[in-house]
Amino acid sequence: MSENDTSKPSRRAFLSGAATAGAGAIASSVAQAQTADLLITQPQEWAQGFGDGVDAAPYGLPSQYEGDVIRRNVEWLTADQISSINFTPIHALDGTITPQGCAFERHHSGAINLSKSDYRLMINGLVDTPLVFTYEDLERFPRENHVYFCECAANTGMEWAGAQLNGAQFTHGMIHNMEYTGVPLRLLLEESGYDAAGKWVFVEGADASSNGRSIPMDKALDDVLVAFKANGEALRKEHGYPVRLVVPGWEGNMWVKWIRRIEVTNFPVESREETSKYTDTLEDGVSRKWTWAMDAKSVVTSPSPQTPIKHGKGPLVITGLAWSGNGAIKRVDVSKDGGKTWETARLAKPGEKMALTRFYLDIDWDGSEMLLQSRAMDETGYVQPTKTQLREVRGLNSIYHNNCIQTWWVRKNGEAENVEVS
Amino acid sequence: MLKYLRPVTFAFAICAVTGPALAEKLGLGRAALPAEVAAWDWDINALGEGLPSGSGDAMVGEEVFAEKCAACHGDFAEGIDNWPKLAGGADTLDYEDPLKTVGSYWPHLTTAYDYIKRSMPYGNAGSLTDDEVYAIVAYILYSNDLIDDDFVLSDDNFMEFKMPNAAGFVVDDRAEAEYAIWSSAPCMENCKDRVEITMRALVLDVTPDLEGSAEAVAPVVAVTPEPEPEAKSAAIDLELAAAGEKLFKKCKSCHQVGESAKNKSGPVLNGVVNHAAGAVDGFRYSKAMKAVAEGGLIWTEDELGSFLNKPKAYLKGTKMSFAGLRKAADQLAMIEYLKTFTK
Repeated sequence: MSENDTSKPSRRAFLSGAATAGAGAIASSVAQAQTADLLITQPQEWAQGFGDGVDAAPYGLPSQYEGDVIRRNVEWLTADQISSINFTPIHALDGTITPQGCAFERHHSGAINLSKSDYRLMINGLVDTPLVFTYEDLERFPRENHVYFCECAANTGMEWAGAQLNGAQFTHGMIHNMEYTGVPLRLLLEESGYDAAGKWVFVEGADASSNGRSIPMDKALDDVLVAFKANGEALRKEHGYPVRLVVPGWEGNMWVKWIRRIEVTNFPVESREETSKYTDTLEDGVSRKWTWAMDAKSVVTSPSPQTPIKHGKGPLVITGLAWSGNGAIKRVDVSKDGGKTWETARLAKPGEKMALTRFYLDIDWDGSEMLLQSRAMDETGYVQPTKTQLREVRGLNSIYHNNCIQTWWVRKNGEAENVEVS
Repeated sequence: MLKYLRPVTFAFAICAVTGPALAEKLGLGRAALPAEVAAWDWDINALGEGLPSGSGDAMVGEEVFAEKCAACHGDFAEGIDNWPKLAGGADTLDYEDPLKTVGSYWPHLTTAYDYIKRSMPYGNAGSLTDDEVYAIVAYILYSNDLIDDDFVLSDDNFMEFKMPNAAGFVVDDRAEAEYAIWSSAPCMENCKDRVEITMRALVLDVTPDLEGSAEAVAPVVAVTPEPEPEAKSAAIDLELAAAGEKLFKKCKSCHQVGESAKNKSGPVLNGVVNHAAGAVDGFRYSKAMKAVAEGGLIWTEDELGSFLNKPKAYLKGTKMSFAGLRKAADQLAMIEYLKTFTK
């Protein structure tokens, strides 16, 4: 079996550990109820009367029983909630598409209200004709659909100095993954007659922060999208309604929301967001700039501190997410002993470029402690490093681009904790 | 400075030979009017292209800063709470916990002008005049000991200013420094002899309460200066010390006193009067302060008075960005107040 041929769940592989005990042993392990389940033997209200009619919620919300699956923030991280961030509840999600309603938010001057009718996009700088587009204009360009992850460069940034936040939502939740519909930026640049000698585009948003970033022209012409739909519907306000930039595989700060201006230039602006922030300081005090791509990374989302094992020993689904800004995920390995031994997990679907990949490892848990880790590999051959490897190159002060292997200490009682191991 | 000086005809010539711009157009959108471009195109690049004409100095800047910036960034650009610190941190980038400010970290001064003009003040972005922005940038430089208070910053001399950390950046070198060493076939078995837990998040305990109570979990230090009247009270003029306590409000954003005092951007001041300079444990003093401390400086009332009068004149290179207490009576009151805090 090749290492990639692991996309089908295998009941046989899962049971193989118990196979020598024979089929009888399996059968006798099935739990026997002592008393009849009243949920089955008694008629229930929902099985007799009516539920809600249509239009009870013209735009539906999650079930009332899912009220804890929400974005959460860490208040001490930022000075206020206007220029701040919150975290996707990745511990409670499955599959790969992030619902917009719980996809993390990062604002530098708050989420603004900007209507389609008030929306304008300007293209200027080194172009034949500076142009202004309305929202309706954008809808008349040929459009494309792509699934991409958007990860904040600071995701896992609080973990450089050690295990700090106790939950996958907080350690790895500055990420979401959506199917975008939009116009390739290349088409808008061509419409303006851009000067091919221009090496950069400077992009900025309509909010007060403007969040200006310089993007090299090669990337702008390659796969950047000017997107107006996500997961089939309009963008949410907090993600840049009505139009945002999608910069596949590159740090989320470049995905400018409420994008209002694209300027073709000869030089990078060296804006605040690309000098004082989103630069990575190394141990010797020198800092890397233009570290745009998000390197391959993965995390076990369950079990994890917010999703402990509640069922005791026996069949257990270990699952998580993997992604790479440099291409498709090819393989994910999982360790249950803190990195001594590894086994290759099953990918729910073959990895797609710059999109989240879901992995599963179906095991028969013997109830003993585990130090759970996952390790992603992408199509370039890059292997997700340990925190020790990262620190050896970068020291502790990089803040951004921490793609280290994460460890969850799962106790015998099924509870899990964020730890660091030797 | 205009950003695009090249004649239009030349731009057309480039397009004609290089290709992509010749792609068939859909005829969507409309031409942007010059006034529209001017209304939005404010960015200033690292070459200074886009800098408006104008000027300002730190004296004017201090006033504008106090009115429009200090609520978050502090009177001396030292930053309040979690808001960005704009001053200090020189030579700390290779420390365990570097202080990255405009002075210590930013490679280009143009970035400060560009950002302040477009995105500040927070909550009223884009409302500053060009001269006000020059003055604020000058004040931030002054707060970082990078210019004297009478230096007039303008579009004429702006690009002559070299930031201390201008050479402190390298273009992304992960391909050579990391990808090359992290791309070999990964180990699957017997990858290490032992595994030990070296750190636990629950011990640190800074994760938000998931039950929904929105309590902040950051450690909070109570800051209540408590005079200790019983200590040498006979020698202390309590009325004068009370006047000093009022003046100390100016110092509180950087200095703490009293039982639970901790070093902030300035050292704890308990017992400072008649004590050796530069001697508070755990505080990273400026090179200048370390030098005079090694020279045996004692903070006698006279020395402390001279320092407080005009800190930067007394000790060039001090981290203390406070402008000074010019009145002798204020200096005496401050010293009297500080005397109430013994070790």
